Amino acid sequence: MPELSYREAVRDALSQAMRQDDDVFLMGEDIAEMGGSMGVTHGMLEEFGRERVRNTPISEMAVAGAAIGAALQGMRPVAEIMYEDFMTLAAEQVVNQAAKHRYMSGGQLTVPVVFRTQGGAGWSPGAQHAQQLEAWFVHIPGLKVVFASTPEDVRGLLWSSIYDDNPVVFFEHRTLYGIKGEVPETIEPIPLGKARVHRDGEDVTVIATGRLVHESLKAAAEAEKEGVSVEVVDPRTLQPLDEETLVASVRKTNRAVVAHEAVTRMGFGAEVAAVLQYQAFDWLDAPVERVGARFAPLPFAPAMEAFVVPHAETVLEAIYRTVNKKA
Amino acid sequence: MAKVEAKTGLAKTDLLDALREMLLIRRFEEKVEERFRAGELPGFLHVAIGQEACAVGVCRALEEGDVMASTHRAHGHTLAKGTHPNEVMAELYGKQEGCSHGYGGSMHLYDVERGNMGANAVIGGGLPQVAGAALAFKLRGEPRVALAFFGDGATNIGTFHEALNLAQLWQVPSVFVLEDNKWAESTPESQHSPLRDLSKRAEAFGMKALKADGQDVEAVYEVAQQALEHARSGKGPVFVHLDTERFSGHYIGDPQVYRDREAARELRATRDPISLLRERLGVSDEELEELDAEVTAIVEASVEFAKAGTDPAPEDALKNVYA
Repeated sequence: MPELSYREAVRDALSQAMRQDDDVFLMGEDIAEMGGSMGVTHGMLEEFGRERVRNTPISEMAVAGAAIGAALQGMRPVAEIMYEDFMTLAAEQVVNQAAKHRYMSGGQLTVPVVFRTQGGAGWSPGAQHAQQLEAWFVHIPGLKVVFASTPEDVRGLLWSSIYDDNPVVFFEHRTLYGIKGEVPETIEPIPLGKARVHRDGEDVTVIATGRLVHESLKAAAEAEKEGVSVEVVDPRTLQPLDEETLVASVRKTNRAVVAHEAVTRMGFGAEVAAVLQYQAFDWLDAPVERVGARFAPLPFAPAMEAFVVPHAETVLEAIYRTVNKKA
Repeated sequence: MAKVEAKTGLAKTDLLDALREMLLIRRFEEKVEERFRAGELPGFLHVAIGQEACAVGVCRALEEGDVMASTHRAHGHTLAKGTHPNEVMAELYGKQEGCSHGYGGSMHLYDVERGNMGANAVIGGGLPQVAGAALAFKLRGEPRVALAFFGDGATNIGTFHEALNLAQLWQVPSVFVLEDNKWAESTPESQHSPLRDLSKRAEAFGMKALKADGQDVEAVYEVAQQALEHARSGKGPVFVHLDTERFSGHYIGDPQVYRDREAARELRATRDPISLLRERLGVSDEELEELDAEVTAIVEASVEFAKAGTDPAPEDALKNVYA
């Protein structure tokens, strides 16, 4: 199996879709010559030309809105919103328009658009370039929300997102672009709404997204040394959510930790915890633990930033709390 | 040799047809006001009484395959774009037979088959989507145009500026129609814009801007046709500035405390697009009465159709969330 970086995997899904399908095109800030601020679309201008790899003005409302308009006319646009923080600028079009056109029209319209965006701490970008805002969009009926954590997943899920007839907000994590992983020879679409069990375990289930999948795997390896067997599950798609897989795992292990980089309060993990307490109440031997960022904007100074966001150690502490074990 | 101007105006039969259509929209909206006050219509509604020539003139100039996006004041645009009054009225009653099957309501009238990509309740919300629809036409090489209606209030919102900038930059076949009724809800233009000539906003992007009297349906038709031809031929987007009047309040029931009553009466007496066209065509009282009876019957029938319509089941609310 070939190995690709997460960045290359995103590019591969985009490129292969564009090779087979004239309806797929890209638009976003600095995506042409520069290849996007994260280098994801590097080289695509040369292959596909300026009509299909469209640099845009710094106009998130227009980028999102024009992508929606093209989608309403049967195209399959992929709009890149450079940072998740800027999704707040595009939010009117994403939340009020893309999510609701099908509904308000009584089913006359489909909106097959993907909004790719990224964020994530760990490199001192400060408070306006690294927020994790996935919970905002999971809250909106009509949107699908994806957050992929590996090269294989990001490629297969992006493919499915492009060919989904609904608007998809597709989150990538800034610190994962460089990680490498094996991918199938040809793209295998990953259905939206299917979780992935990364590691089997018996004692605790950690349900993690994005960077925290990797932190949780590190924590699980540490816990194993101490005799605690940890299962790590990545929902991958936050909406629709694969409740069945999450609940089945917790019914098996009887303990759960939910982990994400976004602020804990009102984060995606709160919803997962609610699902688990309702559907696995009789199986739970400990309160569901939540791991996320502390309640502060992201600070600049590295020591403060590291203090605010969770790491493998934070996950490990939560795992141990569920089994009454001292770290 | 003198240049012969291309004849773009409307023949007398077409103008009579336009008169009939404007009168139908007027009677339709008056009926909507009446039924709303009678407590039969849920939600809240905005009528465009006084602005009928804009809807009729522009929509007559649109061709098969063109698409338009409307605003919260959408009844006239939707009827003029060809949706049957029965389907519009049924939507206002929240019935399955409505043009949005009861999911939309007055501010979300859709008729995709007839090129209506939706009325929008967020000011300026449809504008970037019109730019995007036009981009799709351009990328596929289709000779189609996407057109947006919006009011003067919308020229202050970010989507207006971002959409016009993008459309002009990318030279996509789009037309942006400003129905300038000089009111943003209750706020007069002098309090919401530093410019008196809102065309300048489009010209600032380098966009071709045309103007017409929005109370003269033929003038509206001509300017719309010119704009559409320009956009369709690949010469880029056009801004159409229509000077129009809103005789009604912002919403049905608006006491209009912000408005000088005498001036409003004066506008109705002198700037009614229906009276103006009727006088120009020399339509007699009898002819007008006949026309009126005809469109009133259509409107009455639409109310009967709507009332006899099917209420959606409450649980239908969970359909159409996803494709």
